[in-house]
Amino acid sequence: MAARAKDIFVDEHATRPGRDTFMTVASRALFIGLSLVFLAALLFAPLATVFVMALEKGYEAYLQSFQDDATASAIRLTLITAAVVVPLNTIFGLAAAWAIAKFEFRGKSFLITLIDLPLAVSPVISGMVYVLMFGLQGWFGLWLQEHDISIIFALPGIILATMFVTFPYVARELIPLMQQLGNDEEEAAITLGAGGWMTFFRVTLPKVRWGLVYGVILCNARAMGEFGAVSVVSGHIRGLTNTMPLHIEILYNEYNFVGAFAVASLLTMLAVLTLIVKSLVERTGYKGH
Amino acid sequence: MSAVGVLAKPLRQPSILPGFGLTLGFTTFFLSAIVLLPLAALVLMAAKLSWSEFFDVILDPRAIGSYRLSFGASLLAATINAVFGFVIAWTLVRYEFPGKRIIDALIDMPFALPTAVSGIALTTVFAQNGWVGQYLEPLGIKVAYTWIGVTVALTLIGMPFMVRTVQPALEEVQKDLEDAAETLGAGRFHIFRRIILPTVLPALLTGFALAFARGVGEYGSVIFISGNLPMKTEITPLLIVIKLEEFDYRGAAALGVVMLAISFVMLLAINLLQAWGRRRHTRSGR
Repeated sequence: MAARAKDIFVDEHATRPGRDTFMTVASRALFIGLSLVFLAALLFAPLATVFVMALEKGYEAYLQSFQDDATASAIRLTLITAAVVVPLNTIFGLAAAWAIAKFEFRGKSFLITLIDLPLAVSPVISGMVYVLMFGLQGWFGLWLQEHDISIIFALPGIILATMFVTFPYVARELIPLMQQLGNDEEEAAITLGAGGWMTFFRVTLPKVRWGLVYGVILCNARAMGEFGAVSVVSGHIRGLTNTMPLHIEILYNEYNFVGAFAVASLLTMLAVLTLIVKSLVERTGYKGH
Repeated sequence: MSAVGVLAKPLRQPSILPGFGLTLGFTTFFLSAIVLLPLAALVLMAAKLSWSEFFDVILDPRAIGSYRLSFGASLLAATINAVFGFVIAWTLVRYEFPGKRIIDALIDMPFALPTAVSGIALTTVFAQNGWVGQYLEPLGIKVAYTWIGVTVALTLIGMPFMVRTVQPALEEVQKDLEDAAETLGAGRFHIFRRIILPTVLPALLTGFALAFARGVGEYGSVIFISGNLPMKTEITPLLIVIKLEEFDYRGAAALGVVMLAISFVMLLAINLLQAWGRRRHTRSGR
């Protein structure tokens, strides 16, 4: 017993955390090395590939690929879709967060689960539900055909599918943030005679602005990049219902690698920009949920 | 909470803040229109099939083959992520090294990067002549257009879920406990098994479930690298797309219901795991 106690005493000096013993240095190198090798193969190499492949035939060819009409129309369609979807989901997120964070009511956690539902559903299903509703053999297919309205294989379907997929992003940033910040300032504003809208714009919105920025840019990145859901509803009509991710698929399958990776490089830059904004937002002290 | 307790709770507790009716009404309306009604349309479409037709569709050999790939590859990918996700989270929490902040930020890349982009990029990197593929080819490992490729894609997609769930849990590990254990003569493995693992276990399982759930439904990043051969490298979401393209709406809906049921089970499991993690968290006195 006494001998053991002495050993521990000696050991305590040898392996004290923070000392550069051989084991500490070795395990540090092992952990960092394993992480970097794993990330290099799986993440950094694919990211670099996008730009290497896009510029494979030179800068001229890279720029040339954006001159293509179908590519330009895909970019336009993606921008239009995001311009409709992101504001709508932002308004929804603000409304949902106000209802959920400012009030106590029955069934609240169930409502939160329902809002998160699109995150748990396969993107293919997110698109399919609209095909089953508005497709030719779907629930409203015949009625829509008689009235000459096209939703599937057209812009409305693309917007709906994108909306489904990006539905929770703003709400799930704002709900925990608003719950955490509490209602004291709002209650004070109301007591002092401010109206509901004034309280919202002057008190609540400034309080949650970084969470809102973060939610909106994430929603936007997802909206512009959605592939599976949009692929199901779009019909892949070149120059008409092809968004950027769908156009990447077509160019890639035609072995037009420069074209495919050129479009991909734009979306990659968008993703990098999204992460930069996220880092800047986090530097203000806001931590994403 | 007992049933009586639920009933006794008022529908809404009074508050002086305005806008409850407006915001809750809008939320419920928008949620129903965009998410709930379309999902109901899916279930109703599958209900047009008789039970025997339904089981014929979902137990068809091609469907079974697709489940085997989707589930098998997702499980394997989530397991790989449990190991490497832990290693990465540990590295980011415990060590300082140049470029750490950039790497930390890049972990979220698969969240932000469109799946089609990661799909074509991974296929290029892991093709026979690709940057990584050329070193695996002499070893007899073919990644692109095999089930291994599917696993690689799902590993990339699931990675941030694992790292971002385990990272905060590792930050919670009380370093003084580790120091105390070490002073008392505990070995590294012992400390890992008795102090670190119990603290991060709920997070590790939650991350596993999140990565798995995401993997089962993943489409965009997989279809480029998988080769899409029926019975061999065809994932369930792709089979649904094929059925839709053949205008077999009911068959597609039947498979969709199977996937939806799995999503619900996973969602429930994730919620239970997170509740377990929170209980542990509060019990440890922090």
